[in-house]
Amino acid sequence: MVNITAWVSGLIFGLGLILAGMANPGKVLAFLDVAGAWDPSLALVMAGAIAVGSVAFAMADKRGRSYLGLPMNLPASRVIDKRLVLGSLAFGMGWGLAGICPGPALVLLGSGSVKGMVFVAAMLLGMGIFEILERRRFTDFFRIRKLHNDIASAVSGSPPSHGQTGYVKK
Amino acid sequence: MLINWSQFTPWSALGGGAVIGMAVALLVLMNGRIAGISGIVGGLLKRQKGDMGWRVAFISGLVVAPLVWQLFTALPAVRIDGSYAVMAIAGLVVGIGTRYGSGCTSGHGVCGLSRLSQRSMIATLVFMGAGFATVYVIGHIFQI
Repeated sequence: MVNITAWVSGLIFGLGLILAGMANPGKVLAFLDVAGAWDPSLALVMAGAIAVGSVAFAMADKRGRSYLGLPMNLPASRVIDKRLVLGSLAFGMGWGLAGICPGPALVLLGSGSVKGMVFVAAMLLGMGIFEILERRRFTDFFRIRKLHNDIASAVSGSPPSHGQTGYVKK
Repeated sequence: MLINWSQFTPWSALGGGAVIGMAVALLVLMNGRIAGISGIVGGLLKRQKGDMGWRVAFISGLVVAPLVWQLFTALPAVRIDGSYAVMAIAGLVVGIGTRYGSGCTSGHGVCGLSRLSQRSMIATLVFMGAGFATVYVIGHIFQI
């Protein structure tokens, strides 16, 4: 059931993108071209989606679990950091370059567009690179923490502690 | 500012947006998940057991949408100006950027703004601004 509702949601999402004109990169670029012959349509796509979405999230916020009994998996982060800003900056540049963002890319893929396929392949590669860099960052974190502990214990002469507290306090 | 009224499609844009909103509503109310495409796709690459099914299901729904559309009527015309090289570069940058920025047009722009998330408002302003700037630089400064 969980997968059926997810599939139907994906399908409706895709149909909405096609109806809205978001799956047409030329139209998206015409929206982003404020200094040219501007097509403001896509601002209305966001407005329509947010109008319905905000009702849904207001309902979701009142519930501990979804109607299928699943936990509400909503992002809780409130951090505004370099990753958020620079990542969004890079995304916006790529979006402005091709007129394609991730959702429409997958719709173009399904409609058999070869350029859409190239875009999706490159996008997956980019996401894969992120995943590898993140894993490395994570293991580096633990390696450095262990190194800290080893040094601290060597200095103090007590056996190394690799417990959850991380740093050895002296 | 010059509005191109001949290309302006307010009703299909609003209607399409509302349909996207319904998809968002369905996913959050049934599955308790945010319909953020980059997050759903990117999460697949983490290969966590028990977290794959709904992602694959959602993405396959999205990919078959144009086929289902064609059962009823012809797909609207699509224009892709960029070359294959542009597609490859843009795709790569979008892939990396959306993952570092934790979201794209759907996750931040639709879901985040619907939830009044400050983080998403910043992200949306930044990627929209970057999109406008990129199109301006390419189209009006370099005139490509």
